[in-house]
This record gives sequence, C-alpha cells and structure tokens, in this order.
Amino acid sequence: MILKEDIIKVAGLSRLSLTEVEIENYQKEFTRILDFFEVLSEVNTDGVEPTAQITGLKNVLRFDDINNFDSEKLIECSHQVKVKKQVAVAPVM
Amino acid sequence: MTKIISVPTTIAAAQKMLKNKEITALELTNLFIKRIEKFDDVLGSYLETSFDLARESAKKLDESGDFSAPLAGIPYSLKDVISKKGLKNTAGSKILENYVSPYDATVTELLEKSGAILLGKVNTDEFTQGSSCENSALKLTKNPWNIAKVPGGSSGGSAASVAKHLGLFSIGTDTGGSIRQPANFCGVTGLKVSYGRVSRSGIISYASSFDSIGPIAPTVDCVAKVLKVIAGYDKKDSTTLDISVENYSDKINGENALSDLSGKTIGVIKEFTDAEGFDINLKKSFEDTIAKVKELGGKIKIISLPLTKYAIPTYYLLVKAEASTNLARYDGIRFGETANVKNLADQYTKTRSEFLGEEVKRAIMMGTYTLSAGYFDAYYIKAAKVRTLIKQEYEKAFTEVDAIIAPVTPFSAFNVGEKTSDPLAMYLADIFTVTANLAGICGLSIPTEKVNDLPAGIQILGKAFNEIEILEIGSVLEQKYKFSEVRERELV
Repeated sequence: MILKEDIIKVAGLSRLSLTEVEIENYQKEFTRILDFFEVLSEVNTDGVEPTAQITGLKNVLRFDDINNFDSEKLIECSHQVKVKKQVAVAPVM
Repeated sequence: MTKIISVPTTIAAAQKMLKNKEITALELTNLFIKRIEKFDDVLGSYLETSFDLARESAKKLDESGDFSAPLAGIPYSLKDVISKKGLKNTAGSKILENYVSPYDATVTELLEKSGAILLGKVNTDEFTQGSSCENSALKLTKNPWNIAKVPGGSSGGSAASVAKHLGLFSIGTDTGGSIRQPANFCGVTGLKVSYGRVSRSGIISYASSFDSIGPIAPTVDCVAKVLKVIAGYDKKDSTTLDISVENYSDKINGENALSDLSGKTIGVIKEFTDAEGFDINLKKSFEDTIAKVKELGGKIKIISLPLTKYAIPTYYLLVKAEASTNLARYDGIRFGETANVKNLADQYTKTRSEFLGEEVKRAIMMGTYTLSAGYFDAYYIKAAKVRTLIKQEYEKAFTEVDAIIAPVTPFSAFNVGEKTSDPLAMYLADIFTVTANLAGICGLSIPTEKVNDLPAGIQILGKAFNEIEILEIGSVLEQKYKFSEVRERELV
C-alpha cells in the first residue's frame, strides 16, 4: 500500500489540496494502478531507446522572428487585477 | 410559397444542392440551426452556439455567389478544445468555463478559408480525459440512438451531434481513441490521423506526443473531404511533417477507385479477438466483417502482436505523465477561473483544487508521482521504451499487411452512470484504440450494423501517413454495409 505521506507529498508538488477521504481513496487507487503498471517490468527493454517523439523528428529550428500579436488580448484572458498592461498577482510569501 | 427542403445528409449532397441553386447557404445553415434548436435540448451536444456568426458567413457566401472553396457553405462544429477567436474554449472544465479564445487554431483558420460554416462548440470530457463525455463538468451529452446511453468520449459532443445531423461534420481530438470510440458508439465515421498529419496549434493539449486532430462525419467521403482541408505542415506546430496531402475524396470516388478488396492483405490482430471481456455479439459482428472482407476479395492474415498486453499500462503511464505537465499552466493567473487567496502558492492550490474535476486531478497526481525523482526511470522511461517496442511491432506488421481491421470497443455504448466509479475499468475499455496512438499510425472508425440495439463498427488501421489506404478500404466496406441508410431512417 502506498504511504499516506507519499500522497500528501505528491499533492503538494501538484498544487492540489486533498481532504482526508480523498487521500485515503488515492492511497487505495494508486496502489491498484501502480500494481497494474508493474506488469511492464516483464518486458525486456535492454538497449531500447525510449520514444517521446513518435515520428523521429529532431531539433526543429526556426528563425526567432517577431510575430505581431496583440498582447492586451492575452492580458484580457486573466481574471487578475491588471496594472499598466501587467497582471498583478498575490504576494509570494 | 416556402420551399420544403429536406436536410442533406452528406457533404457531397449539400454541395450538389448549393451548386444547383436548390438551396442557399443561408437556408442550409438555417436547416441545421433549426435541428439544433429542436433536438439539442435533449441531446446536449453543443456547449456554445454561434448562430449569428454562422448566418452572417452564409449570407456573405450567397452574396458572393462563389462556392468554389472546398467546403463552401458546409455547416460544422468544433470540439470545445479547439480555439475559435471570440468563442469560449472550455475544455469541458470549470476552470475554463468563461475563457474566451484570443486567436484561432490552425484547423479553424483552414476551415474558415475553405468556406465551412461554424455552428458552435461541442461537448468533451474535461480536458479530453474520458471515454463517455460524463467527465465534462459543464453538460451531460447523450447518445442519439438511446438517450439512456453515453455517446462515448472524449469527442462525445462531436459524435452525437453528427449522428443526429446537427452539423455535417465536427472536428474532434484522439489521444487514445477519443475520435474512433465515440464515432463507434454513435454510428458515424471518425478518423484518427497519423501523428503530425494535422496541426495541433491552438488546441488544448492532453498528452502532446499522442494528441491527433481529425474529423467525425457521416461517411468516409465526408471525412476525406475534410481531411484534405485540415492536413499538412504548419509552421506553428513543429511536430507536423511536410508530407504531401492527397486529394483523398477524388481518389476514393474517381475512375481508379477500388471496387473491391482484391489484392489487399488485411491483418487481424489475434490478441484483440482473444481479448477478455469482448462482448460476444460484437465479436460475432467482427467475425462477419472478416467474412465480408474475404467476400470482397481481400486476403485475411492473422497476425500476433504480443505486446498488446502491455499497451494499456504503457499508454496510461505516459499520457497521465504528459497531462500532468500540460495541466501545470492552469494556475489561475494567466487565464481561467481564479480563487481569491492572499498568498500566491495558496492561490495556485486553491484554484486548481476548486475548479479541476476528479479525473483531471487523478491525472495530475498520477503523472506527478511517476515523473518524480526516484520513480522517473522505473515508470516513465520504462514505459517510453516499451512504446518504442510497440511501435516497432506495428512497423513490422505493416510489412506483411496493407492494413489491419480491428474492433473499436469491447462493448456497446453503456448506460449513463454505469461505469464512472472505477477508473481502472474505464482505462481497460480502451484496449483496441490506444495502440494506434502509441505507434503514431492512423485509424478510421466506420459503422457497420446494429448490435445490441446500438451501432457497432470496426476500425481500419494503416501505416503512418497512409490515410489514403484506410479511406479506400473503408469506402469499400461502407458501400457493403450501407449503415448510413439505417442512421438516416432512425435519426434524421
């Protein structure tokens, strides 16, 4: 069974707050799902390269051209307070 | 006297009516708007409609009199993860419930240039994570064949609306079956393109190395016509490939179109037909498809893909990892809903906890766990290596066969509320669809007949960037089954 502390740690990294009941449910569920993932250890992958890009493209480069885009339109998407075309956020600490 | 015109059921039929001036673009648009107003209260496929915009575009088209663009006047919808400037793009999530796109996705731009008329945005499981559309935080979409059943997912709004003819096509997304499975549950045609065939620019990501964008439409020819417009290299998506786009529709209808399957070797995956929990009636129906392929002159070759057994764990491990990183941007600062808290870190946490749904949180938790220090190699890298082997297994298979036919789902559309409680059981149901995304190949889901009183179908899997092959084979099988007649009789 996956530890309660691990679930709390992962929730912190995920920026999610969980109730006691949710933590318990995740403990049970993750134990089951991780067991299910365990089956992959049966596959011999010695010398096999991992695939993260299925078509094999590598290092796609482009010129760093300026692409005119209305920055105000983007700032409008934020629900935060805006000050001088900038988004104001809550204090970090 | 007002003309009484029945709603055209294919893109080609609508184009013919427009060309012969039997109908104006505005009349055609209004026909579909009326159907949405009449049927969608019950069906729940549209999240937002853009009727004024649609009528305006149609009017402009009529005034110009120029219907030469490839999809001029054809009404369609977009899954609500595809950006259309000025319309909401909710991803079926509370966190984006009021988010309005500041720009168009590349596919939206291409469709607009092609003259297609956008009717609105349709429902999806939250952030496209789900197989029944029940994970949408905003609406419940039902299956038009039986409203007690789910439409499938995540492109459930696309499939349900197209099946009920509330649009002549819809653009969906497929990360592990999200186009093919709902198309199958709703008795319509859906294409999962090869990875890199259609631009993902402007589309909300689930798992970036798996996501593909494609059409759901009434027939193979409709799908082919839409594919021609949306496929191709896009400088805004560096994972698209510069491989030529064919004239798919002309090829499947032209002089050299296939009349049967002679000369074709069609693979059948042993591990699929032997799968546990495969509904007995659907299995019989699939065996009947094999018989039909033979009748049509095709050669059936049974192939064994032993890694099939590892496909679901590999798939879920990798997609939830990718999803957890993609979902990190929903912090309440730049866009979307935001919780009111005094301190920044608490604001992230409270916003995400309050506005994200259960399956999405599960993905973030699972992905964060498997990507965290100490587990990364054992889980993520291991699965990424198995993915390489699965890809190679398919590449080898395609040296022996021209295409593969396979079932799409192990069971028919299920009841609303029947399966949502057990995530693992839901994951296992994706067994026939996820391998195409793991391998980056293309797959076409076509309806065949009614089984268990609901639509059933098959998928045709093809080599990467060989969409034409599966469209050709799909077209031949479609003509054999003629399922469109059933759908038009019952749903139009």
